[in-house]
Amino acid sequence: MNLALKDIQHNLGRFVLTTIGVGMLLMVVMGMAGIYRGVVEDATLLIDRIGADLWIVQHDTRGPFAEVSRVPTSLVHRARAVPGVTDSREFVYHTIQREREGKPFRLAVLGLSWPDDKGNWIPLVAGRPLAQNHFEMIADVSLGVRLGERLTLGKETYRVVGITRNMIGSGGDGIAFFTAADAEAIQFDASGEAVRLERSARTNRGLRSELVTKQPALIEQASKPSGELPAIARLQISAVMVRVAHGTSAAQVATTISGWSDVSVHTREEQAEFLLKGSVDKARRQLGLFRVLLTLIAAIIMALILYTLTLEKIHSIALLQLIGARKPVILGLILQQALLLGFGGYAIAYLLGQQMFPLFPRRVIVTGDDLLQLAVIVLAISVASSILGIWKALLVQPNEALG
Amino acid sequence: MIMRDSPAIEAIDLTKVYGQGNTEVVAMRNASMTVRHGEVVALLGPSGSGKSTFLTAVGLINPPTSGQIHIGGHFVLDGSHARTNLTAFRRRHVGFVFQKSNLIPFLNARENVQIALELNDASPRAARRRALELLDNLGVQDRSEHLPTMLSGGQQQRVAVARALANQPSILLADEPTAALDSVTGRQVMELFARVAHEHGTGVIVVTHDQRALSVFDTIYEMEDGVLSRQLKETVV
Ligand SMILES: Nc1ncnc2c1ncn2[C@@H]1O[C@H](COP(=O)(O)OP(=O)(O)O)[C@@H](O)[C@H]1O
Ligand SMILES: [Mg+2]
Repeated sequence: MNLALKDIQHNLGRFVLTTIGVGMLLMVVMGMAGIYRGVVEDATLLIDRIGADLWIVQHDTRGPFAEVSRVPTSLVHRARAVPGVTDSREFVYHTIQREREGKPFRLAVLGLSWPDDKGNWIPLVAGRPLAQNHFEMIADVSLGVRLGERLTLGKETYRVVGITRNMIGSGGDGIAFFTAADAEAIQFDASGEAVRLERSARTNRGLRSELVTKQPALIEQASKPSGELPAIARLQISAVMVRVAHGTSAAQVATTISGWSDVSVHTREEQAEFLLKGSVDKARRQLGLFRVLLTLIAAIIMALILYTLTLEKIHSIALLQLIGARKPVILGLILQQALLLGFGGYAIAYLLGQQMFPLFPRRVIVTGDDLLQLAVIVLAISVASSILGIWKALLVQPNEALG
Repeated sequence: MIMRDSPAIEAIDLTKVYGQGNTEVVAMRNASMTVRHGEVVALLGPSGSGKSTFLTAVGLINPPTSGQIHIGGHFVLDGSHARTNLTAFRRRHVGFVFQKSNLIPFLNARENVQIALELNDASPRAARRRALELLDNLGVQDRSEHLPTMLSGGQQQRVAVARALANQPSILLADEPTAALDSVTGRQVMELFARVAHEHGTGVIVVTHDQRALSVFDTIYEMEDGVLSRQLKETVV
């Protein structure tokens, strides 16, 4: 006869409620680990999928995913001239927040270098890659847009032609893919008034300059779009992605490029590293701290309930001793209840998590390793939390049954 | 092994002192008693006279300060010094019944008896069968699946007796087992003790206040201020 089960049966309602409570706590502990895994997975997935061997970024910066990076467009051509490089592309990446249906709408804008890159590498769950160099976009499903939907960003309207899944920027926002030109247009969108003011300021500066006094016809240039003016710096891109030839070592090419003093170069691994050690690491530590706290709370709640259950059983324990129960019988009674509580909670956490985690705004990835680790933690807190009850039970003398 | 030719209980010069210094209480002074197998002994005396102290000493759950206890021919306790594993010995040879709350509240009547057997290494199957037999024997078989709270006082005591007898102990100790019962039920329980003593050769000591049921006892002892003395049955009844 199992005394632990019999006692639980007798206190079923309370035991079940406590188990559910512990289970929900453990689910959050499980979820915390899963959220971290999701963040890491999302971060590395993007870098892996893009598949660049080297990233050329603004000098002394850590790349477009970690911080703002600006390099001139011409860098694409410089990079292509390096021996061993088969392909180099512009990379435009920035995060914007607009409004959609009255709610904040955040998206990470990623520019593809049309026409070399139409987004064929992007795993689509619906639709197609980009087919024209303007006004089309591929959006992550987490952005909540529909295939065929038209979105106005800046002055232009873009049509959603493809849908991806799990393409998430380091900030946790879904990624939308545009051509690089569109991505820049979205980023550097200026209002008509701002453009007019800029052009008139340019004209005024021109009128005061010696150059215009000598060549009055030049002043007409001032009211042209800035992109057509040789004297004005071209729009800049975030980084240049480089692919090296088969059989060439990326490190070797990186050494060559690192000789250029105006930019820095990072390998794919370094790029991933920066992400994980940077913003993701902070998230990890924060989630880790919460996990520890919640685990402690779960342990304290378990200890309290086990202690209470033991206090209520003092008379029964004395009776059991009186009729000759050995100490292990009494210890087993409390320990088994602790383990039932712990692993009952664990099972609830797992089942509940499977239902709840898909509803989370960010990906929650529960790995086998994490499940095993949590099982060990649950085992440890079950044993630890039963110590108080066991200690109390061992102090019980059989003659206390006389009362 | 229990030797039937030696007494079921032989308590010699038991003395119990609670506390020390100012708070010292001598609850029992040189108490001696011999109980034969199959003998039913009543222990009378006012409240606080030391009856429970004596009973729990003999039952090996509250060792005396000095004196010796032999059970079934085994010399088990010399003063507070145990000469054997008391828990194991108690499990095998001693049955207890108290005034109330004898039963484990989360086990039903059958399980309360069964657990005593299982603790003594009986297989669950055999224990179950024997538990039902015992309950049948004590007239509470129809209550076997009820929790203690669903039983009347008399039924609870019968289940308690069944449990006390489960391992066929050489001695059965009862501390005011009928105090919470009406007189008819009380008398039935007392007769039960006499019956098991005579049927199984168990040495029985029953602490009681109930003067009316004394006719079922073979021997009567009285305790007063920690001093135990044998009474002539004729003078008491
Ligand atoms: N654990 C204890 N500590 C101190 N004194 C006790 C203890 N148990 C009993 N006593 C004292 O010993 C005396 C005998 O008590 P007890 O054996 O319970 O008497 P009875 O069962 O006859 O009523 C009483 O004076 C009681 O107060
Ligand atoms: Mg008493």
